[in-house]
Amino acid sequence: MDSDSLYYSLDLVAGSGHTLNLEKKTALQTSLVILKKNYKFNRVLFWGKILGLKDDYFVAQGRGEDEMKDRKYLYSFNCMDWYLLPSVTDSMTEEVSIAAKGRFIGDPSYVYEHVETHREGDGDEDGKEEEVVIKVNEERRLAVTVHQIDKEVSVVPRGAFIRTPHGLVQMNRSFGGLSHSETLKLNNFLHFTEPKNLKKKSILEMADLNPVIDFMDVLSDDIPKGSWSLQFECASKVCVIRSLLWLGLTFYHVPMTPQHGYIYIGDGTKNLDLPFML
Amino acid sequence: MCLKLRNADRLQTAASFKAYLLKDSTKTNLNLYDHLTRVLMKVMDERPHNAVDVFEDISRDVKRGLFEEKQSTLRDLTEATAAEQLAEQQRLLFSRLEDADQEEELVEMFLPNVSEIAFYLEQAGVGLGREEMQRIFLALKQLVESQGLQHCRLWGKILGTESSYIVAEAEHREGDEEEEDQSIEAAAEEEEEKAEAEENENDPLPQSTYKPPPVVPKEATGTGANKFIYYVCKEPGLPWVRLPTVSPAQINAARQIRKFFTGRLDAPVITYPPFPGNEANYLRAQIARISAGTQVSPQGYYQAGEDESNEEDEVPHDTYEVNPDFEGLPVSEMADSLSTWVHHIQHILQQGRCTWVNLAMKQGDEFNEETEAEDREEETDEPEPEVGPPLLTPLSQDAEITNTPPWSSKMSSTLTAQHAVAVLRSNLWPGAYAYACGKKFENIYIGWGLKYAGVGYNPPVPPLPQREYASGPEITEALDPTLEEEQALKEALEEQQAAEEEMEDSEDEEDD
Repeated sequence: MDSDSLYYSLDLVAGSGHTLNLEKKTALQTSLVILKKNYKFNRVLFWGKILGLKDDYFVAQGRGEDEMKDRKYLYSFNCMDWYLLPSVTDSMTEEVSIAAKGRFIGDPSYVYEHVETHREGDGDEDGKEEEVVIKVNEERRLAVTVHQIDKEVSVVPRGAFIRTPHGLVQMNRSFGGLSHSETLKLNNFLHFTEPKNLKKKSILEMADLNPVIDFMDVLSDDIPKGSWSLQFECASKVCVIRSLLWLGLTFYHVPMTPQHGYIYIGDGTKNLDLPFML
Repeated sequence: MCLKLRNADRLQTAASFKAYLLKDSTKTNLNLYDHLTRVLMKVMDERPHNAVDVFEDISRDVKRGLFEEKQSTLRDLTEATAAEQLAEQQRLLFSRLEDADQEEELVEMFLPNVSEIAFYLEQAGVGLGREEMQRIFLALKQLVESQGLQHCRLWGKILGTESSYIVAEAEHREGDEEEEDQSIEAAAEEEEEKAEAEENENDPLPQSTYKPPPVVPKEATGTGANKFIYYVCKEPGLPWVRLPTVSPAQINAARQIRKFFTGRLDAPVITYPPFPGNEANYLRAQIARISAGTQVSPQGYYQAGEDESNEEDEVPHDTYEVNPDFEGLPVSEMADSLSTWVHHIQHILQQGRCTWVNLAMKQGDEFNEETEAEDREEETDEPEPEVGPPLLTPLSQDAEITNTPPWSSKMSSTLTAQHAVAVLRSNLWPGAYAYACGKKFENIYIGWGLKYAGVGYNPPVPPLPQREYASGPEITEALDPTLEEEQALKEALEEQQAAEEEMEDSEDEEDD
């Protein structure tokens, strides 16, 4: 959620049980302003918090001119000193998915190890066993996890962002919010990431879409069906969407106002048991 | 001359272009000229910043505005939105009692100070938002007043996929609820009788020799897992619903499944292994498990109750009372060491109860007609009683699951540590928190009602198929006899018959 709206928006997503204490909130108000200036970001967002066994990571996101592509992530323990997360590559994602297991520890230099035995040759006699050790430190795991969460479950209401004719994704300043009846449907909320399913849609489905606004996938197409929980909270005035795939991601939107945002406060593990739980 | 002509030419082109712009669309009956005029007027009126960037949207808005006007021939039916309906119901929370005498009585009534709890929880980074907490506070007040509860506290909130449950915990009062249970049991017995009667009327069917394993009896209200009674509501202001008591079978089934709550108490719980009951029962079972696992207090706050039942060594004492001499532990110590925290809710055993019950013994008592041999057998394999950790065991003795320490503790603030509170977070039940500050402490659970699963959930496999019937000669398949064999058999039979007849004849003759 945008750092400028932090002072009221945290209360709107507090229905999930997590909030920040006053000390952290005020520290963020100070440090994110400095962060924005130092890194020359257009906008700074408080992204969320990943709960570790010993300590918690606070994560901030800086956005440049293109809201979708120019993103940088930073983490901190005390909400004051921020460290840049490494950018994610495919090989890094693979290593992390193999080696990193269990909960986050809370120490960026903690090394996860995974020993794999490769067997060369076919027969039992000339088969040479080779041990491959994959090592990943927690900072990389954090970078990959944050990236994955943003890729899979970041949410924006339809119309809040537009793709300009130059291909840049920018905030739509004339976005006035979804109406009450629109907020009831998941297909008015979009994944804020490069689309995967959009090209697979039939021409009939594409007919209603506005290319300026509908350049992202809608939540209602997600598999399995029911991986989102849409409710109205805060005296039924705020639309709150929670992801059941990444437990801890909460999105809010106040209907008829441009206020929206999402936050992740959770243990940073994907809910792989989802198919059993619905 | 030439210039004039060209001018006229230009004018004509412009006029024809204007005519083109003024051409109505066959579909919408609009034309571009009027549309552009309206768009430009809107821009002039509103003067948006960087108008060129949002031009498309303005154009869309103008078009949409026209559409709405057309539809206004029908009057809108005002439909109450969810927010309005809820506001009507929540209005009752803010009503004040007019009778002054009653008010004085109510001041004496026990009501937890939720706003103080919310203040401390916020320091711990937990909470539902200040306004929501205030509403819950008022809803709790409503509950205490309507039910006349003596002891009540906010237990927490369980999130569901459609709506959430706010859970309040209240102490059981004597002679309160037995009637309900009895009526349910009576109904069940009646049903059984009916079923039996029906069976007797029809042809008797072959009876199964399978005997179900004995059902572990429920713990009485006010003891063990049913020590407290729980009320839930969806939103503060909506009616509170009392949850049913929990049975050991439900606790054991809940241990084996992983399922989200939907937010409807009467929703069926469709899982494998099957869960006995609906979502209200599942909710109650999870609440019992969470309470047993995560309700903690600073060491020394409670002391073991001095009950006469302590004389029996085997029975673990399940009572405790507030220690009047408790001075409070320093916060830094509480944040550092887990041994300063103790469980004050009984551990639930494998059996699904807090106190172990010997099923074999009970069976012996009930079925006296059984033969002595069976009785002897029962005596020999009498099961070992399960014993859980005693009450008020320090948290440092909790077991680890998949290399995850069960608790994380910290101070709420590092900058002003003098006034910080000690915060404890459960890693086994994500969402369970406890704080302690001086003599004050509180537990709360806000989460999905699911235990941390470690690597991944493996649903239990279905039981192995039953063994096939032992194959013997009487059921073995044989080859069909050929025609020759049949004829040979026929001949043999005929010969035999003939021989018998001869014998009979001879016998007859002899008789004569």
